[in-house]
Amino acid sequence: MKIHHTKPAVAVHKFTSCDGCQLAILNLGEALLTLAELVDIKHFAEAGVLDEAAEVDIAFIEGSISTPREMEQVKKIREQSRYLIAMGACATSGGIQALRNMSDGQGWIDAIYASPEHIKSLTTATPLSDHVRIDLELWGCPINSLQISSTIRALLFGVLPEIEQSKVCLECKRHQSVCVMVSRGEPCMGPVTSTGCGALCPQFGRGCYACYGPAENPNPNALANRFEGLGMTADEISRNFLFINNNAPVFHAIGQKYRNKGRTDE
Amino acid sequence: MTHTLPPHFLPRDQLQQLFDNLQRSGHQIYGPQVRDGAIVYAPLKSTSALPQGVEDHHAPASYRLINNGSEHWFDWVSTAQGVKPLLFRPRETLWRATRDTTGAPHFEDPANSTEKLAIIGLRACDLAALRLQDRHFLSVNHSPDPFYAARRQHLFIIAINCTRAVESCFCSSTGDGPRCDPTAGFDIAMTELDSGFVITSATPQGRQVTKPLTLRSASKAECDEAAQHEANATRQVRAVPSQNMRDTLFNALDHPQWDKIASRCLSCGNCTSVCPSCFCYSEQSEAELDGSSSEQQREWDSCFTPGHSYMHGITLRHDTRLRYRQWLTHKFAGWHDQYGRSGCTGCGRCITWCPPGIDLTAELAILNRAGGETDDG
Repeated sequence: MKIHHTKPAVAVHKFTSCDGCQLAILNLGEALLTLAELVDIKHFAEAGVLDEAAEVDIAFIEGSISTPREMEQVKKIREQSRYLIAMGACATSGGIQALRNMSDGQGWIDAIYASPEHIKSLTTATPLSDHVRIDLELWGCPINSLQISSTIRALLFGVLPEIEQSKVCLECKRHQSVCVMVSRGEPCMGPVTSTGCGALCPQFGRGCYACYGPAENPNPNALANRFEGLGMTADEISRNFLFINNNAPVFHAIGQKYRNKGRTDE
Repeated sequence: MTHTLPPHFLPRDQLQQLFDNLQRSGHQIYGPQVRDGAIVYAPLKSTSALPQGVEDHHAPASYRLINNGSEHWFDWVSTAQGVKPLLFRPRETLWRATRDTTGAPHFEDPANSTEKLAIIGLRACDLAALRLQDRHFLSVNHSPDPFYAARRQHLFIIAINCTRAVESCFCSSTGDGPRCDPTAGFDIAMTELDSGFVITSATPQGRQVTKPLTLRSASKAECDEAAQHEANATRQVRAVPSQNMRDTLFNALDHPQWDKIASRCLSCGNCTSVCPSCFCYSEQSEAELDGSSSEQQREWDSCFTPGHSYMHGITLRHDTRLRYRQWLTHKFAGWHDQYGRSGCTGCGRCITWCPPGIDLTAELAILNRAGGETDDG
């Protein structure tokens, strides 16, 4: 069924990232064929379609801004796109590579590479929202296919999609998974993390590692206190917060606090 | 009309026959089983799936199982969830809309459940909570919930009298346990002894299932032993200050303790999810990618989410202080106006499964004290 006479144009761009979010789109499987009937995919490198400069209705961007070229490119994409959607942890918070923001980035480059003058890299990895206006953020590392299909569906209906912001715990309980923290003393970031993943990790008996970023109204201090009660060191606690979404302000602040505390304890 | 027969004795090795009778009459049995370090209700066919010699130990934010070497199947006290998820499903489709060739929508109702469920293991606190959920979902003042009603209609209940109390129990203080009285809403209730069960039937359905077993009457010694075991369950270390805290709580809306609680509360909704009487849900539509159809779904919601108090562009309870206060004042105060009693039946799950271990009986005790003093507890 065709809703539009002219199909909306879509682009999927990539900056500093692992391609996992693009793969999540490809993982739509059969729905990808339906999607191709609903929209005109102009640029999507992982699927072999290339036209980086195409003007589009919806642009998804995977990846953080970590090079001077990306800083320029994201501005161009903003100008040529009606809706700009940050897709995945790298684009929404800077991703795991934002850990470099807390250390001497240039020092690492000088130490590792034989000819560091060829490396054109910023000393920081930052989210898209630090550089341009973003219309929507889809958190997750990686995002899941449903986030993509429901976002495109909502935009085709002419409404904004509902973005999950409640804690992972609610979804975990809907699945009737047994709480790993209460039954096993396993640290779990679920109580401060936004759901959207379907509480995947606890269903397999492991704690949440916060790949969907901070939930609405989080209380990281209370969770860190609980982690202390489980016998974790300050350094271990800091690593739970300073992980995939280490640069998300809520996680960054508490993670740094425990990181500094860990250093003092040593 | 319930009529309890004098207690009979069910030898341990005959429980399987009771299961067989239930299954012959078309019931799917849900019974306690160990899964991921907790006792949960899951489908079973045989008594061999029951958790033999398994005890649960509780503390705020802690649940652990140990093996006590006993032959008993019901030495545990509290399951991770009560009967709630079997009747009020965590997520279900309410209706479906499909476009026809002209683009007009057509609405379809999902088929009502015709499943016949039997559950074995419910305790007095869970039965009391079930009566509260019935009151809410089957209310004649509103239209009864057809999804809940269809499942409830066919539910067969084998209750177990507690023979231990765990650290989070406080059903004695709410007046809901620990013994399942004949009007509690069970078909069969049993108390476990070493050799078997002292068993009573409260309904015609219950008698129909036990009759083919040709059980003898329980002896006085067996009844006395059952009563002794049941008395163990009255040794509870927690209590609510009063069965009616309506005025106390509504007069304490500005108590500084709410801020103290908010500093520890994760606003994660674990308490409301495990609460056997909490009934809030939210609805959303899930559209097919091609826009040809859409499902209206509901899922468990919580007073700890922003959506719970969202209206006309404003989230009224935007912080944890207001959200926790809503949970506690609704459960222990608002319920009296709505349903004529408190909404808490003393199961203690909200204490055990709260990740930071907030003990609502301790918080109620502080709020109950006059003068607005706070406590770091």
